[in-house]
Amino acid sequence: MSNIISNLDKNSTADGLNGKGLRQDEWLERLKLFGLCSPALILILVILVIPVGWLFFVSFIGADGSFSLENYERMIASKSYARIFKTTFQVSILTTILCILIGYPLAYFISQLPSKIANLCLITVLLPFWTSLLVRTYAWLVLLQKKGLVNDWGISLGLWEDPIKFVHNLNGTLIGMVHIMLPFLILPTYGAMKAIDKDYLKAAANLGASPVRSFWTVFFPLTTPGLFAGSLMVFVLCLGFFVTPAVLGGGKVIMVSMKIVSNIELFVNWGAASALGVVLLLITIATLWIASRFLNLNNIAGGGH
Amino acid sequence: MTIKTDALPITVSHVTKTYGSVYALNDVSIDVRQGEFLTLLGPSGSGKTTLLMVLAGFTRPNQGSLLFGDEEVIRKPPHLRNLGMVFQNYALFPHMTVSGNVGYPLRLKKTPKNEIEDRVAKALQLVQLDGLGDRQIDQLSGGQKQRVALARSIVFEPRILLMDEPLSALDKKLRDQMQIELRRLHERLGMTTVYVTHDQREALTMSDRIAVLNNGKIMQLATPQNLYDFPQNKFVADFIGESTFLKVEKSGRSLIAGGVKLKTTQPVCNADKLALLIRPERIRILETKADNNMNVFDAVVSNLVYQGDSFLLYAVLSEGMEIAIRGTIQNDNFARLPKPGENVRLGLEASDTLVIPDE
Repeated sequence: MSNIISNLDKNSTADGLNGKGLRQDEWLERLKLFGLCSPALILILVILVIPVGWLFFVSFIGADGSFSLENYERMIASKSYARIFKTTFQVSILTTILCILIGYPLAYFISQLPSKIANLCLITVLLPFWTSLLVRTYAWLVLLQKKGLVNDWGISLGLWEDPIKFVHNLNGTLIGMVHIMLPFLILPTYGAMKAIDKDYLKAAANLGASPVRSFWTVFFPLTTPGLFAGSLMVFVLCLGFFVTPAVLGGGKVIMVSMKIVSNIELFVNWGAASALGVVLLLITIATLWIASRFLNLNNIAGGGH
Repeated sequence: MTIKTDALPITVSHVTKTYGSVYALNDVSIDVRQGEFLTLLGPSGSGKTTLLMVLAGFTRPNQGSLLFGDEEVIRKPPHLRNLGMVFQNYALFPHMTVSGNVGYPLRLKKTPKNEIEDRVAKALQLVQLDGLGDRQIDQLSGGQKQRVALARSIVFEPRILLMDEPLSALDKKLRDQMQIELRRLHERLGMTTVYVTHDQREALTMSDRIAVLNNGKIMQLATPQNLYDFPQNKFVADFIGESTFLKVEKSGRSLIAGGVKLKTTQPVCNADKLALLIRPERIRILETKADNNMNVFDAVVSNLVYQGDSFLLYAVLSEGMEIAIRGTIQNDNFARLPKPGENVRLGLEASDTLVIPDE
């Protein structure tokens, strides 16, 4: 009897019954799972970590090929850089605000439709995604130019007399960017709206809330996570946008990405371009980090609470 | 029961609601008395929830009239009907705290802030949640959510309270406890209450009266006891309690079921086809000679089931019908019960012999 007890004791103090074997199994299992992930990890290393690391490295190489901070110093010293960053933020913020003003009511409208029609509407929202960005941007150029369709119609209908300058300025850039960014705002917002239990609105009505009150006290607050997520995505994507401002801005709206291109194409200064890239990356990360303090970024994938 | 003078009676008349060709409510009329606890009971698809939604104003019927007191409200939008409602899934606003939820109807009515605090605290006390006002909704257990939903629905002192299967998400023990609590709360507040459930035991436990619905029609409206003891039709008899039906043959003025000429002290209705309703706890195994006021059936035991506090014995009549008999287990009577294959004599008192329409 005492023998059995002491045997049990020994087992439990050391490893427990089969404890060692079970722990080994767990390690083996983890190792195997890690092995399965490794192709993806290597891919990320090759196409993401190494290039970004290289970008950082190059940004510290001066014009004479030696290690220096001149690329960053120039950014602080030069007024043209400050203007470029200001433009970038201005365009991004304006695009985001316009997307919210157009996208939220649209998402609300679609969310209230019967599901068959709603799906059709969502497809039309998504349709532009399947067309080339460049094609869409040039299409706007054709529509909005001085003798384009919009000006022709506007004038022949007597809405305005002289052609309005829609393109080659901030207007054109905003029109094009809002059009391209809208789905990124609508989808998460729509997801948040669809996730709202209809009983919440019934409960609000039952407790005495008029439709308008129940919208502002119940529906809207419940959709804000989706709306924030969508706005954040739009804003971050705008920060690095190139094609649309380049084509529709007509050289008058110069954003960071365009300066990067001109640094390489005109001045063949990889260091300066890299430094701009690094700053843009850091701003984006900082934006996401600040935003993540206030909302759950999982919401970007859609769904409300 | 104390009836608050401002509790409102509800009069539903000729309410019909169709979805396509399906009648969710088929010419339903029902009076809910002032301060009454009335339960709408029925299987899913019977129209009980539709009727509740018509009362709340969320479903617009095709026709009919709805009076709260003397006031016609059938065309009034839900937010002007001033009635409390507890939803099946509680519908607590996830972006507000417990206090935020309970105070919501008061804030809508622009109640002064300190009065809101007072009344929210009182309502939370009433449902035994004092001190939990600052909690977030997702920090609450199912039972607590239920109580918050209840507090929110009574905090603005509505004169009518609607409840849509409020206990169905709780586990059995909590449900039993909440049934008693809801009933007590109703007695204390005295508001006219319409309660929807598919659980017959819940309905029998809580209600002053029960309306049994099926296919959009009211099958019977009666007190729990009358409903159980004197069902007016086969649906109600089948839906409430356990039951076995034996076909009744008419032979002149006498009624024959299971080969026995029935003695009954209960009134027999006039329908063409009749059935004898046998409740498992009203029929019993005869060990001695039967008295004169009893219908006696000879049967063979087919199965005997032990259920802890009670037993369930199945016996087959000579004509092939199986009846269930339930009895309490006490002392050592389970060991003395007849075993499968043995003959048994079953006795049904004349006063328990219910003949109902068979349709």
